[in-house]
Amino acid sequence: MKAKVTLIAVAPPPFSPDMFPCSACHGLTDKVNRVPHKVDFHDTIVLKHDEKNRWCLDCHSAQHRDSLHLADGRLVAFTESYRLCGQCHGPTLRNWKAGEHGKRTGSWSSTKQYLLCPSCHNPHSPHFKPLHGREAPLRQEAIK
Amino acid sequence: MIDHTVAPMPVPDEQAEGHTRREALILGLFALAGAAMTTGCSSDKDAMDEFVQKNFKDLSPAELKEVLARMEKQYKAKYGRDIQVSATPPIEGVLFGYALDLSRCIGCRRCVYGCVEENNQSRNPQTHWITVLEMDKEKGVDLQNADAYYNHETVPAPGKFYMPVACQHCENPPCTKVCPVGATWKEKDGIVVIDYNWCIGCRSCISACPYGARRFNWGEPSISPDELNPVTEYLGNRPRKRGVVEKCTFCIQRVRKGLYPKCVEVCPVGARKFGNLLDPDSEIRYILDNKRVFILKDELNTQPKFFYYYGL
Repeated sequence: MKAKVTLIAVAPPPFSPDMFPCSACHGLTDKVNRVPHKVDFHDTIVLKHDEKNRWCLDCHSAQHRDSLHLADGRLVAFTESYRLCGQCHGPTLRNWKAGEHGKRTGSWSSTKQYLLCPSCHNPHSPHFKPLHGREAPLRQEAIK
Repeated sequence: MIDHTVAPMPVPDEQAEGHTRREALILGLFALAGAAMTTGCSSDKDAMDEFVQKNFKDLSPAELKEVLARMEKQYKAKYGRDIQVSATPPIEGVLFGYALDLSRCIGCRRCVYGCVEENNQSRNPQTHWITVLEMDKEKGVDLQNADAYYNHETVPAPGKFYMPVACQHCENPPCTKVCPVGATWKEKDGIVVIDYNWCIGCRSCISACPYGARRFNWGEPSISPDELNPVTEYLGNRPRKRGVVEKCTFCIQRVRKGLYPKCVEVCPVGARKFGNLLDPDSEIRYILDNKRVFILKDELNTQPKFFYYYGL
């Protein structure tokens, strides 16, 4: 039996507080400096994501600040950031689309909900961080 | 209405006349006791109805409706709030399967406690349906030396990997074969269930299960009413009593309504995958087709529908 499955995004992109829309600060007339340098208002961002070869404007669009862009210059909305991530992480994108990578919630038989890549992986430092675990079960002899 | 894989148990001839021999005996005893007490209280009737209730598989639709209504009444009296008890039938063309990615699981035990809350396990004495085993990456799957009681500040601990184990929902389940009273069986959608009202607490199934997945209520299970999940299923998460066996049901109260099991929803790393094995487009089938999956103790021919794999 094949299920009629539709996909919907479950969570909006996880922006830092008070940071979006970017165009609130960045205007079209901004001078664009593509040489990696320290950016005052974004100094809390630690780039640990192929940082030797990449910098902000490799993913963020300089002309359309509220968008991301692909390697060929096409714009990508933050709500479709997986298209950007998938440029390098092809097999992961394929598995994510099939439901193998990442978490599916909602209904297994109709509306499956999915999370965007940045909901789990900080795009600036994507390695999954250790978590606090829940308490160990009681040993049998301790159960009264 | 209710469609089950196992044929109903043979019914003795006496039933044609209204009662089975078992019921007739019990009714006789109760009639004597009733005559002595003459309380006329409705809870006495409920207790007697519960005592003479048939096996779930033998209930007619009308009887089932009465049983569910009685249970809702009894639970309301016990917990002081409305509890819904349903008996949702299996969905046609569905065989449930589960996959767990061992390279992603970090052993945080969120599934364990998510399950406890969803499925109304006893808080005291403590009952967990899921056991998370910690093992050395260097040694691989080594169940003999696995540690279920690990306790770290943060997980995963360096050099360790984690294997959550619960009911494997075998296609060839050893536990159901040893039950002397037919209180546990495999449903059409592959879920192995227990009729808690028919279970006599002999624990044969616990010794037959090669995965240690079944739990016995040695003490009176306790849950505070405000922690109770009020959406329950007869064969699933309705509150249990002392002296019966329980275990994972793939969240039968959720999955038969199209929802994912609770453990899938709470897993922070997306290691848990669930779906219909008969649907070629489901994620579970994608995993079976594209990943090297394995099952636990395949030499026993239990044919689990719970698959483990290394996704990375």
